[in-house]
Amino acid sequence: MGGVYLQMEDEIASMAALVGASLAGARSFTATSGPGFSLMQENLGLAIALEVPCVVVNIQRSGPSTGLATRPAQADLMQARWGTHGDHPAVALAPATVQDCYDLAVRAFDLADLLRQPVILLGDEVIAHARERVVVPESPEEDRGAGGRREPACPPEEYRPFAAGPDGVAPLAWFGSRYVFHVSSSMHDETGFPNARPDNAARVIARLHEKVARHAAELELYRIYQGEGARYLVVAYGASARAAQAAVAEARAAGIPAGLFVPLAVWPFPAGALRQVAAEAERVLVAEMSYGQLALEVERILHREVVGIHRYDGEMLTPEEVLKGLERGASRCW
Amino acid sequence: MLVTSARPYLVERNLPHFWCPGCGNGIILSAVARAFARLGWERTRTVVVTGIGCFGRADDYLNVNAVHGTHGRALAIATGIKAANPGLHVVALMGDGDCATIGGNHFLHACRRNLTITAVVANNLNYGMTGGQYSATTPAGSTTSTSPLGHAESGLDLCRVAAAAGAMYVARTTVYHVHLLDRYLEAALTHPGFSLVEVMSSCPVYFGRYNRLGGPVEMMERWRKVAVPLEKYGELPEPEREGRVAVGVFADHRGEPFEERYRRVQEAARGARAGEVSER
Repeated sequence: MGGVYLQMEDEIASMAALVGASLAGARSFTATSGPGFSLMQENLGLAIALEVPCVVVNIQRSGPSTGLATRPAQADLMQARWGTHGDHPAVALAPATVQDCYDLAVRAFDLADLLRQPVILLGDEVIAHARERVVVPESPEEDRGAGGRREPACPPEEYRPFAAGPDGVAPLAWFGSRYVFHVSSSMHDETGFPNARPDNAARVIARLHEKVARHAAELELYRIYQGEGARYLVVAYGASARAAQAAVAEARAAGIPAGLFVPLAVWPFPAGALRQVAAEAERVLVAEMSYGQLALEVERILHREVVGIHRYDGEMLTPEEVLKGLERGASRCW
Repeated sequence: MLVTSARPYLVERNLPHFWCPGCGNGIILSAVARAFARLGWERTRTVVVTGIGCFGRADDYLNVNAVHGTHGRALAIATGIKAANPGLHVVALMGDGDCATIGGNHFLHACRRNLTITAVVANNLNYGMTGGQYSATTPAGSTTSTSPLGHAESGLDLCRVAAAAGAMYVARTTVYHVHLLDRYLEAALTHPGFSLVEVMSSCPVYFGRYNRLGGPVEMMERWRKVAVPLEKYGELPEPEREGRVAVGVFADHRGEPFEERYRRVQEAARGARAGEVSER
């Protein structure tokens, strides 16, 4: 493929090199798990500020700190949203199958280019190590929706790297092209040079959020199982969605009207779709390998209390645990 | 004549620069712009990477591709740029806080990894932008805002570290020795593999004031007095080295840079792939 692989000295450097490689015109990605993801937060912020497309794969594992080394967890959900400092948008996709890992990885690169924004592929230890059948399209290029970053077409002297189009995204040149350009981690204006005026800062921060909001349709990724007549709705992502899916199937077989909502984009969360399917539900359950992060977001979206099914001992959530919750409701853990 | 030819490489609308009177950064900045002009580097193929700090603002005045990145990470960003597009000229402009202190780990590995990147370090012996705190190069005993009773740590000799870590070209001079600076910069910018030019610089507002080194003129004269050619410095008895700075070329090796070695890895990968296909 003619690519370059670099193992940097630490994950701070990996994320920094990723930003550099993308500015030099390469589609770039890195992969890590919890401790490395913590180190990447600094330069994830850099990628967001510079509006540099790149993909970060974070396979969630137990924490805090070293935790239960490499045991499964889903406790980086909020870090993926809020890990780096300052107001910023976040885009994170969460595979629940090995096929998702392939499909969402392709989608992640396309979304990164579309939005000029780092995209996080938020997997977990179970899905990352799973072996399942994967169907790879015969011609992967044709299968792709967007494809490639938007490059400028204006004369070089007119190029302003942060002059956004109506969707809030500016075309991005690359170092070595005919465009000479400047990007800065400091608050900057359309030229890319620092601008500390309050009105400019407000405009930039708002645009960063709005460019993601304006592409809500491309980002609303989810799956619903047994949504029809679901009076008990389980919300789960990643490996927990698999346990929940098995539990819902068993519950339905036992006559319990259960359903499942699986967000494939966790940031921004597909709130509209969740509200719709939850409207008829008598009870909403959230199943996750965390003390309670997804539950917070679901409660925020639905404005109602949910029943949490949480596991945070380094073991995978089982269908039995979800089923138990469906049968008699689980107690809240906090 | 030289000033005129350096003009295309300067963002004149952003001048005068924001550095304090007597700061050495302007001297280093103009030397960098002059070097670009002398070498005739195409602006489209030149990338400057800076971190955070006083000299980290140098990119604001340079009319080439530029990334103003995060504190200490300029070399890691530069590594990504050069690895992805080896045809670019990549230069990292940093201060001592940025390069030797926060970015110390990246500095070591950039020397060792040996991509063709030039690091230009303005070493003013303290964190000037944030109020004169001690950095990794602050000499023992110095007064800074975070060592008001004398610095208890020893300063890092960036050039010796770079040479030991495998940098191909390493030189140190001062803002007083501008002709040497021009020569070292040109040598570094044209040297295959990682290169470092460390420039001892004046911070009259903090380091100079705290250590009673006088104003801009006295500090400039001091660089003339304390700078000792490397060979001579080596012959000095230990007590006489105190307070002096060795200037000169610390390393000048020819070796295969990362880009060339990696090209062979890529060729091997293509060969292996071709073999795999033909076996089928």
